[in-house]
Amino acid sequence: MRATGWKLLGVAAVLAAGGVLIGLYVGKLATDQGSKAYTVPVSQQNGHPVVDLTIQTVAAVGPAFSPAHPDYVSYLVRDTQGKWLRRTVWRLPANATVHVTIYNFDGNSGLRNPIFARPQGIDGNSFMLDGKPTAVINPDDTSHTFAVPAYGLVVPLSGVADNAKNQCGYAPCTLAMAHRTITFTFHTGKAGHYRWQCFVPCAAGWIYGFGGPMQTIGYMDGFLDVI
Amino acid sequence: MATPAAAAPASERRDHGKRVVIAWIVLSVIATPLVVLVLGPQLPPGHATVQAAGQVVDNTVLTAIVTPVVCLLAVFFVYALSQFRHTGGALVDGPPLRNDNRVQVLWIVITSVTVLFLAAFGTYELLQDGSGGGQGPNPIALPSGPKLQIQVIGQQWEFTYRYPSYGGVETPQLVLPANTQIELHVTSLDVIHSFWAYELGVKADANPGVDNIAFVKTKGPLTFHVRCAELCGLWHGYMFNTGRVVPASQFASWVKGQERDFAPVAKYLPRYSTIYLPDPQRRAG
Repeated sequence: MRATGWKLLGVAAVLAAGGVLIGLYVGKLATDQGSKAYTVPVSQQNGHPVVDLTIQTVAAVGPAFSPAHPDYVSYLVRDTQGKWLRRTVWRLPANATVHVTIYNFDGNSGLRNPIFARPQGIDGNSFMLDGKPTAVINPDDTSHTFAVPAYGLVVPLSGVADNAKNQCGYAPCTLAMAHRTITFTFHTGKAGHYRWQCFVPCAAGWIYGFGGPMQTIGYMDGFLDVI
Repeated sequence: MATPAAAAPASERRDHGKRVVIAWIVLSVIATPLVVLVLGPQLPPGHATVQAAGQVVDNTVLTAIVTPVVCLLAVFFVYALSQFRHTGGALVDGPPLRNDNRVQVLWIVITSVTVLFLAAFGTYELLQDGSGGGQGPNPIALPSGPKLQIQVIGQQWEFTYRYPSYGGVETPQLVLPANTQIELHVTSLDVIHSFWAYELGVKADANPGVDNIAFVKTKGPLTFHVRCAELCGLWHGYMFNTGRVVPASQFASWVKGQERDFAPVAKYLPRYSTIYLPDPQRRAG
């Protein structure tokens, strides 16, 4: 009877230890640096909330931002001190105007579906590419997209030329390095949790570019947490 | 010590069966018409298209057939609870169950007839117009009359739609003309998706390299929901949007607007193809 009791206790202890390990692993996933929300500072213009969101896309996020996956392609967001953060959940006010600046340091991958080479859901359905108004880009020259499907928003990001000098190896990249600058404006609607994503299959090393950073929040996917 | 059932005379034991059968027949005769007439019209997915209405009929027939089965179970359950309850004394075995050829034959005949009827009914319904399901690249059930072809393209994680009759314009919105036979060509650019337009009564897998054809005959104006019904990656749960069925004149002006809006990208779209492949080198099929 006593031996049976010890056996049961042992099984319970092993199960409990397993549960704790699983809990720790899930907790680590849930609190991944990239999934923490970054609250974008808000200013007011004529009583209307206005937000400046500055982000960059990099071919490899580097060990400083992601020791586990330094070779993942990723978005980064810039905070008010000019520091880059690997956060892809951005807290924005509802019914606000959002001015977005994207510095793209990555090369071309090409769109799988060319329709996303046409910007949609932004003011004027055109964006500024290196200071020039742009209504469409060559799908093959697309590096990434910034898309919020619930808003009908898609903006294609042109890539850095293959032969460009001073290309960025891994993040953080500086504006002295080869990059493209994309600016546009969109408007948030009612409060909600809206996913954003990239439509370019840009996960190098994964079959057809589908896996890894394309399937992980904190790299090429995230949320607009509109409150 | 014998149980009350075992101690009862044979005539009384047979009465249990008669009572159950009579109660079952009475309940079924009342419940089945109620299910058909009251519950039937409320069954999903509604009557917004010919195919959806057909599915309501199918669901009504299935529910009507299952109603007597449910009634039998309910009657037997309630009867057993009330009549065979043990109220005291020691628990002992009941009388032994013996084979009854009549019951066995009846059981086999009833279940066989039911299953064969449902198989024939289902086949007949499918052959009408495909019942809104994807039939692959060579559909057997072809509705008659002219059809408007629309391509549904699944990709991680949004559906887009091409209208080959309108210069192959592609849009992220699905708008259909009312009272029109639609021929949907469902495919995918990357992984396996499933195009499920609930109110339309359409559900068809979207596989890369496969042209999966489904038919739907629209009725009046409608807003319907489209969602992916095949686990397809990180944002599968967010892969949904709404579509509209609009009057023909409104559809014509809408599609003209889409041609205008997407004109800048038109020259970059691949030649219209019934399939696409995930390999970028073979993008246009």
